[in-house]
Amino acid sequence: MQVSMEINGKAVSIDVEPRMTLADCLRHHLGLTGTHVGCEHGVCGACTVMVDGAAMRSCLMLAVQADKAKVVTVEGLSCDEALSPLQAAFRKHHALQCGFCTPGMLTTAHALLSKEPQADETRVREVLSGNLCRCTGYTALVEAVLEARDAYQGGQEA
Amino acid sequence: MKLPSFEYACPATLAEAVRILADHEGEAKVISGGQSLMPVLAFRLAAPSVLVDLRNVPGLDRITITENGVHLGARVRWCDIESHDGLRKAHPLLVQGISHVAHYQIRNRGTVGGSLAHADPAAEMPGLAVACDAEISVQGVAGSRLIKAADFFDGALSTVLEFDEIITGIRFPAWPSGRRWAFEEFARRRGDFAMAGVALHFDLDAAGRACNAHVGVIGVCSHPCRLTAVEEVINGNVVEEDLVAAAAKAASEAVAADVTGDMHASAEYRQALIGVLVERALAHAQV
Amino acid sequence: MTPMHVLNSYVGSPVERIEDLRLLRGKGQFVDDLTREGLLHAAILRSNVAHGRILSIETRDALDLPGVHAVLTAPDFGPSVPVIPLRLMPMPSLEPFAQPVIASDKVRYVGEPVAVVLAESAAIAEDALELIYAEIEPLPAIVDGTKAGDGQVLLVESSGTNEAAQYSALLGDVERAFQEAEYVRREKFRVHRHTALPMEPRGILAEWDQESERLVVWGAAKVPFANRRILAQQMGLAEEDIDMIENDVGGGFGVRGEFYPEDFLVPFAARLTGRPVKWIEDRREHLIATNHAREVDCEVEIACRKDGTILGLRGSAFVDMGAYLRTNGVIGPRNVAQFLVGPYLIPNVAVTASLMMTNKTPVGTYRGPGRYEADFFRERLFDMVARDLGIDRVEFRRRNLVPEDMIPYALPTVTPVEGRTQFDSGDYQATLARCLEEIGWDEKAALQGRLIDGRYHGLGIGCFVEGGGTGPRETARLVVEADGTLSVFVGTSAVGQGLETACAQIAADALEVPMERVRIYHGSTTYVREGFGSFHSRAVVMGGSAIQLAAEALKEKVREAGARHLGCSPDEARIVDWTAVTAGGKSVELAELAAEDLTAEHTFANTKHTYSYGAHAAHVAVDPKTGAVEVLDYLAVEDVGRAINPLTLHGQTIGAIVQGLGGTLLEHLIYDENGQLLTGSLADYMMPTASDYPNIRVVTLQLRPSPVNPLGAKGAGEGGIIPVGGVIANAVAAALAPFDVQPRELPLSPPRVWAMLKTAREGAIV
Repeated sequence: MQVSMEINGKAVSIDVEPRMTLADCLRHHLGLTGTHVGCEHGVCGACTVMVDGAAMRSCLMLAVQADKAKVVTVEGLSCDEALSPLQAAFRKHHALQCGFCTPGMLTTAHALLSKEPQADETRVREVLSGNLCRCTGYTALVEAVLEARDAYQGGQEA
Repeated sequence: MKLPSFEYACPATLAEAVRILADHEGEAKVISGGQSLMPVLAFRLAAPSVLVDLRNVPGLDRITITENGVHLGARVRWCDIESHDGLRKAHPLLVQGISHVAHYQIRNRGTVGGSLAHADPAAEMPGLAVACDAEISVQGVAGSRLIKAADFFDGALSTVLEFDEIITGIRFPAWPSGRRWAFEEFARRRGDFAMAGVALHFDLDAAGRACNAHVGVIGVCSHPCRLTAVEEVINGNVVEEDLVAAAAKAASEAVAADVTGDMHASAEYRQALIGVLVERALAHAQV
Repeated sequence: MTPMHVLNSYVGSPVERIEDLRLLRGKGQFVDDLTREGLLHAAILRSNVAHGRILSIETRDALDLPGVHAVLTAPDFGPSVPVIPLRLMPMPSLEPFAQPVIASDKVRYVGEPVAVVLAESAAIAEDALELIYAEIEPLPAIVDGTKAGDGQVLLVESSGTNEAAQYSALLGDVERAFQEAEYVRREKFRVHRHTALPMEPRGILAEWDQESERLVVWGAAKVPFANRRILAQQMGLAEEDIDMIENDVGGGFGVRGEFYPEDFLVPFAARLTGRPVKWIEDRREHLIATNHAREVDCEVEIACRKDGTILGLRGSAFVDMGAYLRTNGVIGPRNVAQFLVGPYLIPNVAVTASLMMTNKTPVGTYRGPGRYEADFFRERLFDMVARDLGIDRVEFRRRNLVPEDMIPYALPTVTPVEGRTQFDSGDYQATLARCLEEIGWDEKAALQGRLIDGRYHGLGIGCFVEGGGTGPRETARLVVEADGTLSVFVGTSAVGQGLETACAQIAADALEVPMERVRIYHGSTTYVREGFGSFHSRAVVMGGSAIQLAAEALKEKVREAGARHLGCSPDEARIVDWTAVTAGGKSVELAELAAEDLTAEHTFANTKHTYSYGAHAAHVAVDPKTGAVEVLDYLAVEDVGRAINPLTLHGQTIGAIVQGLGGTLLEHLIYDENGQLLTGSLADYMMPTASDYPNIRVVTLQLRPSPVNPLGAKGAGEGGIIPVGGVIANAVAAALAPFDVQPRELPLSPPRVWAMLKTAREGAIV
């Protein structure tokens, strides 16, 4: 089936099987391998992308369901070689080790802070509890997201 | 864990949607948010020939508050309930119960209708529906009908829906002012399905005694149910320490015959847990 | 201008990681991110029977499915199916228990490979799995390691036993110690089966080049050289004809990168079909196919004087190995036997560990293998003993820690495998004291066993050692490139621990160059002649030491080359800012010298281990009505000798603690009586999430450098997990002391804690 989406600001049109998940479509048909697949059953959160501004698990969504949607992946969070403030905070706080869960953490945190720039630690932990990380124990992740809040104040997206 | 092969239909009307379901005689499945169905497909526990996506069907995503209660369209998402201005007043128990559903990303996509249709024994929405005497509206080829929540769930992951029927919405009866309520659940981690949960509400008569008690439980039996024995203990009495203890005891006894154990917890534990949750819910019941 | 860096300005500093720049922008390259022209996708049919005899496998319908290229079963892999040898501590007597790469006559666990499908897409390959009909005659399944020894059902008939081996750790004269003891206590403990669960599942992409008869395998991790040796032997190739390429690796923790059946099946299929073949493990497979760990039953007995001096320790552990002995499977039982003593002076020891075969997924190492288990047994026992003797449990530990003046201190010797090791350096009293101080032990002591707002509070403590830096050797090659940058090639591997950064720090300091000028190449077999990989907290200790030593040699070479160029003696030549060599007012650019093959290689050989050590303490609250345990405060103190990068070490320690908390409180691989895994999804196998354990504190000390390597560093990063089970269980016991609840089994799930309390209360009434 033909699907048209806007991905990271670019219009794409692609023919997919109905059974293809959005995650597999992004990774294997559009070459956006930054979105990772860690469980394929909607638990780990590694595949989180933003669909029309909201964080969603791309393994729990068919590519055909994303027709006409605006999708933002980790590749769309920073435009050039520079890190976004959120990404820089991740680096500073050592909020990633193996880096596999990181794209999902970034997209989730970006979606959260874009809507709730005042999110406190409890809220950040609650939201990130939908993303599994096996390396960090989460402490540094939470610190990084809390620090990155500054860049989201005033409604502009970092 | 790639999904099995299926066709995909995205009808523009409800009539068209039910017709596709009817044409496939039970081989078709409805997909809305897909947050329960997609894992089922990923594990290949179901192999529908066609998925009927409701996303283009208009009118199913509304939250309506009237003197008749709260009506949620089938495609209302958890995040819609969470962010709705009027709901917290119109049905605080509903909002509180829904706050326990899954995680952020799933809350952005999972729907009321999907949860009702999936009928997980530990899910909050079916439990709230049963506890609150909600009515589920469904549409089939032959027309629409209303089904009482108490009659809707007939087993684990099982409902009385016919294969051509689609849930269109659910109505929670109006919430009188002064109603006492509480929602308590116990899960191993935030967002997990509950090991057990309790949704309850009751009103106070002029003398300050409880009446019209509704006590619904999830996670203990094959489907959510009300504990009438506990309600009887509560009705006509002032809710104080001794009554709370009696209700808790009654709750453990009431589920004794039906409670099941699994790899995560024994039946004995769940039975005790229900008593504890009823006790805490009654003790914390608020206006 | 390039800033001048003084010696050691990077090492010891919280340097931000090099790896992060790509990983944060979605530009990492994990194995499933790769593709090749003409790629076939593999899917594996796995046994759904725990123990059975294969009667037939019907593949016709699967082959007929459009898009299916081949369906392979055991006969397709040659006249005899290769078996996977033990990588660590092999013995001829263990060989009957090694795993064939695919089941031919019998299946021995749910998840064992039975057939391989190759298809045009992963989805079609999975469709085909549903069309293969394997007829398997079920045999009785052994699911309990403690009952495997009765021999009524044998996994490997020819062996005559389900006890693959028994290791002993011996020291002194334990019989005499027990005869003379004033006090003895005997206890039984159990640690449950759980596993590492890295976030990236395993994966392999293999491509065979018919013309050159060479094989390239992407997705290698941890021990690429060892795996190449095994694969070459199995495929009848020379090692040089195989390149193992390491990509970004999404977590290791012991399980990832070992040689599994798929590590043969996929490359073999690539050669057979002449097309590149990719297999990506899905999460459901991961839970039944990748190594499990930790399942040990232990009976242990301690002998003391009345003043609390420990005289002896003896016991027997039964380790559930699952259906086969995997590459590193023997390490867990070996370590249980040797490290049951922990950092304590116990002069007489006799501990055995039996390797029991069962019809479950085979086990391997998981971060702190055998040590997590042994620490739970020991530290739990110590609390019970201290109470019996009326000695404060902290004081009991203080009296028995190995005193610094006895270090180097030899541990009990393990037989029949490599069994001698000794503590290298340490002030064990200091870390214990610091831990007590940081958690506020004395102030919080009053809370113990008290009911506050409906929950009982308790504190737990435990001391530990963390082994690391295993040999035998590691090589580094340093090359000055034509642009003046420095390439560093090492044989150790990255599994997500920040190896690139740590190696770059060491190299940059050793050569006094800015880190930006250093490029690290690691893991792949194309970079160095040999490599021993990343396990036993060895990558930085061994690889880093090799870099340090190679750097010295390189500086010498650069000075020599510069001297030749400038016509002076090497002693007069000075390297300036790693850009030029100067002598007597003349100077030559380094880039210019690069043409002279400025390469230095050094191999660091070492058979002595490093021992980081420390103490952990926890404050918990237990809800007696639900059995829920909340960790209110968790504090870890560890002396690592020398921290290369405190930022990354701190993160690894917290991560390890949270893994340990998961293993202690949440995670459990549960089997039914037929050998079916019940916890087969991430909804049922419960890992910690961001909201579970927010209160973790870590203090890293650098008190006693290791004397066994030039860096002074000790293997670190595993230590965080080792004491967690014992510490939390002790805290729960302290909280529930009014009821004399004594946890003897993990995990401390709410139902288990609730049941313990119920039993204790009922016991009290009777």
